[in-house]
Amino acid sequence: MSLRADLQIIQEWIKPNSHVLDLGCGDGELLRYLRDHKQVHGYGLEIDPDKITSCVRNGINVIEQDLDKELNNFGDKSFDTVVMTQSLQAMHFPDRVLEDMLRIGKEGILTFPNFAHWRCRLYLSGKGRMPVSEFMPYTWYNTPNIHFCTFQDFEDLCRSRSIQILDRLVVDQTHQSSWLSALWPNLLGEIAIYRITR
Amino acid sequence: MPTFPADSVGLVTPQYQAFPDPLRLACGKSLAQFELVYETYGTLNANHSNAVLVCHALSGHHHAAGYHSEDDRKPGWWDSCIGPGKAIDTNRFFVVSLNNLGGCHGSTGPCSINPETGKSYGASFPVLSVEDWVNSQAQLADVLDIQCWAAVVGGSLGGMQAIQWALSYPERIRHCVAIATAPKLSAQNIAFNEVARQAIITDPDFHNGDYAAFGVIPKRGLMLARMVGHITYLSDDSMGEKFGRELRTDRLNYDFTSVEFQVESYLRYQGQEFSARFDANTYLLMTKALDYFDPAETQGGDLAKTLEKVTADFLVMSFTTDWRFSPARSRELVNALMAARKPVSYLEIEAAQGHDAFLLPIPRYVEALQGYMNRIEVD
Repeated sequence: MSLRADLQIIQEWIKPNSHVLDLGCGDGELLRYLRDHKQVHGYGLEIDPDKITSCVRNGINVIEQDLDKELNNFGDKSFDTVVMTQSLQAMHFPDRVLEDMLRIGKEGILTFPNFAHWRCRLYLSGKGRMPVSEFMPYTWYNTPNIHFCTFQDFEDLCRSRSIQILDRLVVDQTHQSSWLSALWPNLLGEIAIYRITR
Repeated sequence: MPTFPADSVGLVTPQYQAFPDPLRLACGKSLAQFELVYETYGTLNANHSNAVLVCHALSGHHHAAGYHSEDDRKPGWWDSCIGPGKAIDTNRFFVVSLNNLGGCHGSTGPCSINPETGKSYGASFPVLSVEDWVNSQAQLADVLDIQCWAAVVGGSLGGMQAIQWALSYPERIRHCVAIATAPKLSAQNIAFNEVARQAIITDPDFHNGDYAAFGVIPKRGLMLARMVGHITYLSDDSMGEKFGRELRTDRLNYDFTSVEFQVESYLRYQGQEFSARFDANTYLLMTKALDYFDPAETQGGDLAKTLEKVTADFLVMSFTTDWRFSPARSRELVNALMAARKPVSYLEIEAAQGHDAFLLPIPRYVEALQGYMNRIEVD
């Protein structure tokens, strides 16, 4: 089984035998990999019924819970790592979720798309319309992605909340990183993978 | 040849097992001897690793699947989930379903003859707890040579038994499936049970529980108890959809005796039908067992700490419109399991039918149950 490229990067940041909470775990791909290869235990939160059923079939501990409602059923520092992939921009209150991630976990790992990528900038400035692409296929009125941000926006938020960025990897759609995107991440990076703590 | 559906376990015969030794009970008393009636579906495999115990709810019994005769109109109470190829697949599992001790469908209960007096137990039958049930079920497991259940599965009061199994005999249960249940009842829930009990106890035909000696049954009380219970098993929406304000008569009668609204007629029918087939003392006993269930009580209410000794994997499911055993109550269990770092999955099934949903073949619910059961290793 080959792991989705961003998950491959994330799993390297997670220690063996640790306790992990995956916010928006999908069909449990990451947790399954971590369980099978790194003896990691934990839970995934998900709201999509089909994905939840997939988790159950795969023996992944999945909890039906909406991240947009409160996460206060989890104790402080009750997990080693709290992961959230490609969901930050779909939250009603991304900052609250971010705070909760670092309350619940000793570390947080999250990925989100960069709205300041050059293709987005070109689309918006050239066409005067909200960017629609294969990667972001929704139109403005039906998109689940209601809180797009740029890498710079995110890092500003981290600074203002005293959140420490431990690692940052900027990649393109195929999750490859290049020296160019490392040089101008906010312009050339499409997805960022951050490891944060407080 | 009788024609049963292809995914039915077909014709089944209840079996009786006598237990000659005394059973010590939570109340401090003992039951000198007892008998349990049960059914089995499927075949026990060579190393006895495929046994599944199904625990019934308040008014349930041992007949969970299949048919007792070719003329049976209805199959067992959970036939939608037990059978070849079904969620609890009898091609893989050996399913055991019993009537709980204190029941009125064949296991020793208040209607049974007390061998010491030669008369029915009636009011002298001891009040039982969920723990007592699990202990008696463990004795049945011993007789059937089942050292460890692949899973214990139950809804509502049955779910409490499944939880208690994981606590009382952690080494004898690999998976716990707790559906539409709670780690303890709320005050509101106990209140409903108390109304039901008062309806029975204040019936002039109750005779302090010894109604059998008078040749009567507290029919009216039992009927009222069931009527109030039944309301709590349905959701406002499902009642609205089923009955609305529909009338049985073409006009209002301006009296108190006519059955005017469809919902009145339905409740009366349910109550009457139930009071004819269920024993009042058993109903009292079952509601008390529900009220008393609170495994965390001995740990100062700390459920996570109570669950530390658990080794079973849990599947917990609730239904959105269930207000008798609401999703919040299931989440209490799930949160405690997570705090204790135990394997658990939790589903909150969208369903309009209220508490009754756990008995209905709701696709997402049945699929998840099947998905979970299918991954349980049986060899």
